[in-house]
Amino acid sequence: MTSGHEIREAVLRRERSAAEIADEALARIEAVDSELKAFLTLTPERARARARAVDEAVARGDDPGLLAGVPVAVKDLFCTKGVRTTCGSKILENFVPPYSATVVERLEAQGAVIVGKTNMDEFAMGSSCENSAFFPTRNPWDPSRVPGGSSGGSASAVGARCVPVAVGTDTGGSIREPASFCNVVGIKPTYGRVSRYGMIAFASSLDQAGPMTSDVRDAADVLEVIAGHDPMDSTSVDVPVPHYASSLRDDLKGVRIGIVEEFEESIAGDVAMAALYEAAYAKLRELGAKTVPVRLPHAKYGLATYYLIAPAECSSNLARYDGVRYGLRIADGGDVYAMFEKTRAAGFGDEVKRRIILGTYALSSGYYDAYYVRAQKIRTLMKGDFDGAFAQCDVIACPAVSCPAFELGAKADPVSMYLMDYFTIPMSLAGIPALSVPAGYVGALPVGLQIAAPAFEEGRILGVAHAFEQATKFARLREPLIAADRSRAESRA
Amino acid sequence: MINEKAVAREAGEFEAVIGLEMHVELLTRSKMFCGCRNVFGCVPNTNVCPVCLGMPGSLPVINRRAVEFLCKTGLALGCDVAPYSKFDRKNYFYPDMPKNYQISQYDTPLTRGGAIALPSGKRVRLTRIHLEEDTGKNIHGGATIAQSQYTLVDFNRAGVPLMEIVSEPEIASAKEAEAYLGELKAVLSYLGVSDVKMHEGSLRCDANVSIRPAGSDELGTKTEIKNLNSFRSVGRAIAYEIERMRDCALAGERIVQETRGWDEASGVTHPMRSKEFAHDYRYFPDPDLVPLNLDSATIERWRDELPELPAAKRERYVSALGLTPYDADLLAADRPTAEYFERVAELSNAPKEAANWLAGDVRRSLQKHRLDLSESPMKPDQLAALIALVKDGAVSGKAAKEVCAVLVAEGGDPKTVVAERGLAQTSDASSIARFVEEAIAANAESAAAYRGGKEKALEFLVGQVMRASRGKANVELARALLKERLG
Repeated sequence: MTSGHEIREAVLRRERSAAEIADEALARIEAVDSELKAFLTLTPERARARARAVDEAVARGDDPGLLAGVPVAVKDLFCTKGVRTTCGSKILENFVPPYSATVVERLEAQGAVIVGKTNMDEFAMGSSCENSAFFPTRNPWDPSRVPGGSSGGSASAVGARCVPVAVGTDTGGSIREPASFCNVVGIKPTYGRVSRYGMIAFASSLDQAGPMTSDVRDAADVLEVIAGHDPMDSTSVDVPVPHYASSLRDDLKGVRIGIVEEFEESIAGDVAMAALYEAAYAKLRELGAKTVPVRLPHAKYGLATYYLIAPAECSSNLARYDGVRYGLRIADGGDVYAMFEKTRAAGFGDEVKRRIILGTYALSSGYYDAYYVRAQKIRTLMKGDFDGAFAQCDVIACPAVSCPAFELGAKADPVSMYLMDYFTIPMSLAGIPALSVPAGYVGALPVGLQIAAPAFEEGRILGVAHAFEQATKFARLREPLIAADRSRAESRA
Repeated sequence: MINEKAVAREAGEFEAVIGLEMHVELLTRSKMFCGCRNVFGCVPNTNVCPVCLGMPGSLPVINRRAVEFLCKTGLALGCDVAPYSKFDRKNYFYPDMPKNYQISQYDTPLTRGGAIALPSGKRVRLTRIHLEEDTGKNIHGGATIAQSQYTLVDFNRAGVPLMEIVSEPEIASAKEAEAYLGELKAVLSYLGVSDVKMHEGSLRCDANVSIRPAGSDELGTKTEIKNLNSFRSVGRAIAYEIERMRDCALAGERIVQETRGWDEASGVTHPMRSKEFAHDYRYFPDPDLVPLNLDSATIERWRDELPELPAAKRERYVSALGLTPYDADLLAADRPTAEYFERVAELSNAPKEAANWLAGDVRRSLQKHRLDLSESPMKPDQLAALIALVKDGAVSGKAAKEVCAVLVAEGGDPKTVVAERGLAQTSDASSIARFVEEAIAANAESAAAYRGGKEKALEFLVGQVMRASRGKANVELARALLKERLG
């Protein structure tokens, strides 16, 4: 499968039809998904109908849109009208929304062909996709390992070359960490850049949707499509959306890149990882950038801050799942409170319950000031850290993750799982954009480089990432290791 | 030195301390946080959407009109409008609440301060007014929750903008509470921000009641009375609760802090099922909404747009139009009545007569037909025309009452009614003289009594003349002719 922009050009030139591209994507999914389990729901009829509509538009000479004929996988927390949307949870196992998320509408309005809904950690809580209530998803670069999370299904689908484009969401690293694990590009935009309407909430002040793509150019195009003010989301900001593709660059002359001292100290203990990032920074300099050391003194409080704010918001956001209006209902005697309790006890998994309890506690009378209010103050300090850093540099380059993809079951202790977001959480708390771009391999496993910029400067990030990608081509250097591919290769041999 | 407070305390007297929390549904076209219609009385669950049903992924958007309505209410009541405020989530589980949290305002209400001036002149200060969303409605399968096999929920009301007006505990009696309510209702009606229909729940009242020894400065243990859905029930419930507390206190029993429900039928308050655990609403700022910043230009524009308010109208009616305070109160009580009155006064150029008609015959006829003034087919120009007919002597005062009754029920041109019913006043001396002769002949005793010096007997005879003429005779002429004939 080629990239999204190549598909669009082929469709526009009528070298390929959107219909045959959609069939190819569906066939690829069928070949590999029994092993990867990236999808929760496939939408072949809807995809074929959409693809036909694109082909008809092209035949009429109409503009079929920036994503014409591009197969797209959608994380299963974006509401899709008429298509089951589970959020990876038993409590929404059979939930069919009566409306579509703004992101979904914008994708389809630009000719995207949605092929299915991808697996995820339940309610986006997790870093491995193992918290899905249905099944874990596997990493296409080593199916014994996790694809990362919570947008693991989307990352796995793109990494396995099922689709060139997926959308995920990132609250504390849920786009960047799986992008890093699956060798794809993933960008978490500025908070408020993309509408959250129709995106099932985990932590409202942090959640943000973003592209997960086979290359940087696709990330630019998809971001341009989904970004922009939405009257349905008061927190979406009315800042004009640039043509991101025009900020893509091939060299980095004159770019100042900040290297975070605290993060370098932290990664130094892992020789292979440290070497990989050192090589990445060297490549940036080779392309003409100047690297400068910067400090984020409050980054060390990121995890603690995040694990107060996100659970607090989720404890309230998830209160609506009570069995009254939609989703699972267990009413086998007792009053309405018994129904609430039984429904929620059966419908939510352990990690979701853990965070609801944490958040309920943090918001409780007598603890609110000590926890929630203080966490918000740290958040303000963290924004200040980034303001200080960006006074000295244009973008920050740093690790996206502390290790490559781990094996299923390796992080049974919740805190060890929480630590996976160590490098990504500070940007989430500050609300600034950050991206992970393939940066090479540790052994057979891919790892991503994180690039961050000030709010609404996604163009800078994409520009730097593009130069790095064009100079390295790490995503295409090797092919994923999926059994279906190996057996096909063997039979050919 | 005599300390009155101490005297009252020794006498074992109590005084009541009452604070009212009013919930007012605002008359916006759409709901508080979504585009659904805000109307009462629709088929259940027809005015709903993903937002007001709390569907996964849906988000609220603030209704600017509701903010304007609240601020105008605040400005009318002399409150300070906050340039910065925000919305918070009040978290608790209840099946009629779609998100299991209510979007409300915790520590930054839209207004603070202000007061409601009662007709007595007393000012009851306001603590705050804030904006929130209404819940849906539970409809139980049986007579009570306990007797119900199931409960249905209607979410049409969920998300309707709700303004909560909280008073300071400064109301001293059930009567004062009613006066407070009346004044607030009048202001809301003038502003057009609510239809103030207590029976439809667009105006709801909770009362916090406590008693203390007369003259004390401390507050006693309070109870909160809920389920007050009419003026009458507010007054009755508060009066009952004060008596109940007084009895408790005199019997040496402890008053328990609790929520009590008012039972209209039996006329008592009773403890409501206490929640199994103390509520901790875990308020925190709603991350789905951005704070509200109101600039002073907007606030001033709203202030300029305020209509003349009831207190000012009453004052003007008395001082400029010469109405009695009683009539002024009655006519200024709600905006449609005041507007009607002012129109009649303007067209007839006779404000006092207009007030007399509206406060007297018109009111009685409306009550008889169970109509509101706005529902009556009689238009202001028709009443003004009737006033003119009386002034011109074209119809007698008595006949005019008959015309008025017809107009209230059926409307129409008063001249036509007069003609159709043959009610035109006659000042023709010869035809009146005929009625005078008949009256004297038929009531010889009264005629004799008058001649004997009983002045009252003359009025009886005048009445008989009027009756015989079916009210058409010019009453002054009839009196003069009788005097002449009997003199």
